[in-house]
Parts: sequence; structure tokens; C-alpha cells
Amino acid sequence: MAKQRVKFTFPTGLIKEPVIWKLGKDFDVVTNIRRADVTEDRGWVILELEGEAEEIERGVRWVEELGVRVDPVPGDIVEG
Amino acid sequence: MSYARNLRCRECGRSYPLEPAHVCEFCFGPLEVFYDYQAMRREVSRQSLAAGPPSIWRYAPLLPADPASAVDIGTGFTPLLRAPNLGRLLGLNRLYVKNDCVNPTWSFKDRVVSVAAAKAREFEFDTLACASTGNLANSVAAHAAKGGLKAFVFIPADLEQGKVIGSAVYGPTLVAVDGSYDEVNRLCSELSDKYPWAFVNITVRPYYAEGSKTLAYEVCEQLGWRAPDHCIVPMASGSLFTKIYKGIKELAWLGVIDWRETRMTGVQALGCSPIVEAWERQSFSIRPQKPNTIAKSLAIGNPADGYYALKTLAQSGGNGLAVTDDEVVEGIRLLAETEGIFAETAGGVVVAGLKRLAEGGRLDPDELIVAFITGAGLKTQEAVQERLAPPLVAKASIASFEEALSQRQGALPAARK
Repeated sequence: MAKQRVKFTFPTGLIKEPVIWKLGKDFDVVTNIRRADVTEDRGWVILELEGEAEEIERGVRWVEELGVRVDPVPGDIVEG
Repeated sequence: MSYARNLRCRECGRSYPLEPAHVCEFCFGPLEVFYDYQAMRREVSRQSLAAGPPSIWRYAPLLPADPASAVDIGTGFTPLLRAPNLGRLLGLNRLYVKNDCVNPTWSFKDRVVSVAAAKAREFEFDTLACASTGNLANSVAAHAAKGGLKAFVFIPADLEQGKVIGSAVYGPTLVAVDGSYDEVNRLCSELSDKYPWAFVNITVRPYYAEGSKTLAYEVCEQLGWRAPDHCIVPMASGSLFTKIYKGIKELAWLGVIDWRETRMTGVQALGCSPIVEAWERQSFSIRPQKPNTIAKSLAIGNPADGYYALKTLAQSGGNGLAVTDDEVVEGIRLLAETEGIFAETAGGVVVAGLKRLAEGGRLDPDELIVAFITGAGLKTQEAVQERLAPPLVAKASIASFEEALSQRQGALPAARK
């Protein structure tokens, strides 16, 4: 089993969608929310994903294809 | 000795021992080094600091690393210069430039990597690692070489050859990653979980970030133990910006300087300005961006310390502003032509921001302003090469030289009598 800490940033159009619930339901991934800030027109959620590495990767790809930005928790790692 | 006592979560306040850790296990908030300032206050004075070596290690008691572990390539104590020519042009009477171009690998990154490398040795890592398009890669490779550490440096596959040489010469394992910027980010995050390496801005990030405070300490000491009225600083992740402010506040808490309510102004390139965009929206919520600017050393679309940089802007009464790439190039030229300092694009961003504020009447002509120039221009020559006048072409005769000169200038200079 693998764990991944990620930050989802939601565009306005997806704020009301139960994206994280669907991620846990349609993929074999446990979602564990640690911190979030969601208002009516924007939002981000920091969470841990647990499951087989390939399944996490499939789930994250699905989330990205919906239009959610997925980043590592420490922010951008590549620096100038 | 170091007065660092523990790591604390910047969000929930939980404490952790001084170990290689960067996020809180509970809320995944970032960790920061916490010091015993009472004990530090008893030991640290102007005299004790001034008696130290002419490098960042003169401030060792205010850093989280033991100087005995230092990988010292001569980082720090860079010149703070009066900038009367640029000041006159902008109507500023007390303008200074902190010239961090002259660090060993020609950027301020040597400050943060020096502290990270020292901690890596204390924690008995045998490998330094980073992902970078330039300055950080150069610095990590150099420190690893000097410190007898292995180095893994991850770079985007399409990075220009000239930028690769500045790291390759030190002999690290260079890995050119074929993937988008986001994919390189994610890969490195996963690698830091898998391999026992000191990824400088992940594994030992709380310590690494503290190295930037030395810029503030040096400036205050070089001003005769006085804080600037106004600092103009480039912003990428926002870490440098917040740590300069922290450094000034610490010296004031310790009684080494008087508190002057220094204003902190942060400047970004418009093509990657998530912090300034949030500032202008009057929000503390960063919207990540896809970078598109010539200021590649500042191109961080999802800044780790963006929220804290916004708090610093608000607390200090500073400004956040974004400048265009054309203004960046003009800023590089302006600094070079007035003060003889060739800065990289991040320096152009700072000078462009300074110029915009001065021309907009948003600076007091008599306030003491320090512009932080964080990297040398030889690293980003492509940014200006199309904008500079080509050389005069002349045959090896005085007549040919004078003809070429008259075509350019219209009039010849007076000859020796």
C-alpha cells in the first residue's frame, strides 16, 4: 500500500461536485482530508490518499481530467 | 551553539523534535524552526555577532545548524552598496542595493543550501538532492562537492545547455526529466518519500528556509545596526520574502536593533504572479498559475509560502506588484547602466518594481530603501542579448574606427592635444 499527500485546487465550476466522494467510490483509494478552505466560488483541500500506487495514480489522473489541479503538499518543488 | 529547540506547525502549532521533517503529521501544515529566544537574548549582542567570520556563519547562533557541520564555500557577507545614480534617476535619496550576485555560485541560494547542507550532515544524510532550473541546482551541486556528499540534481529535459554546465561542472548526478513542470514536481515529491536523501527544499525545508534570514542580518549590520525603512524583494515561493522580515524582527526582539516598522514590498513577474494576484484580489487564498515569463528563477506557480508572504505584506504595510517581461529587461539594463551591477531576471523584477513605485509617487524620497538583488546576470544573458546595442565593427585602423564611431554617435570625441 502507498500513501500520497496532495492538494486539490477546485475551479469554480466544480465547487459543488462531490469529487472526493466519487474518488473514494470509483477507485480503490482511501481519502483522508486534513485541511481545507472552500467558499462558494473557490476552494482547496489537502488530503492523504492511500491505496495501491497504480490505483492512486489512476484516481489522481481522473481528478485532473475533471479540471481539478493536483499538487504535492509542499507546493512547487522545482525552484529556479 | 544553536538555540533551535523544536519544529512547530505554522497552522496548528504542534511541536516536533528537530528532525528531518517538513509537514505536520496531523494537518499537513508546514513546519518552522522555533528557537529559545530568551536564552539567545542573553548571549547575542552586536559585539558577539560582529566578532564572527565574514560569512553567513557569523550569525550561527540565530540559525538552526551547528557551524561545526557547515559546508562553507564562502557564502554571505555580500556588499551592501549605496546606489546614488539609480536613486537620482528615481528621485530616491537613500537607496541601497544588496548585491547577492557575488555569492560563490552567484545567487542567494547559497545561503539556504549552506544551512541545508549543514543539517544534512548533522542528520547523517550522505546525499543532497533538488529539482531546479538553475540557481538552486548550481548551489546544491557545489555544496555537495565541497562537503563530500553525493548529489542528485533533477532538471527539466529541455533546459538550455548553458544552464546545465553551471551544475554539471561540480560532478553531481544530473537527471534530465522528460515531463511537464507539474510531472517533475510530483516525481520529486515521490522520490523524497522513497529515497533517504536530503532533498533540500523538501526533507530539510524548515532549516533550509532559515538561511534566507542572513540577508536581513547582514543588511542591518551593514547599515550600522539599523533596519531599512523599506525592503524591495523578489517573490517566488514567498519564502525569501517572509524570512527577511523574520530576520529583521528577530534582531529587534534580541535588542540588537530598534524596531522601525520596516515595510516589505514583494515583486513578481506578471507571467507568474500568484501571490500578487491574490494580494490585488484582497484575498489570502492563492490561485496556482502556469508560469510564462522570462524570470524563470521566480517561476513558481504554486508557491509554498504564498499565504505567509501575503500575511507579511499585510502586516508590514508593504506593496505587492507584478511587472511585465519588458519592464524586467529594462530593469536589468537600468541597474547595469547606473550602478554597474549585472543582475539576472529576478534583479530586473526588483528594479522594475522599484521604478514603478517611485514613478507612481508611492515611495518617500527620504526613506532608507534596500533593493535585494539575488542573482547574477551571466546566468540569464538570453534575456537581454536582443536588446543591447551591437558592437561597432571596425578594421584595425584609426580611420575605420572613427568612421564607425561617427556613424553611431554622429560626432567624434575630442582627441588628445
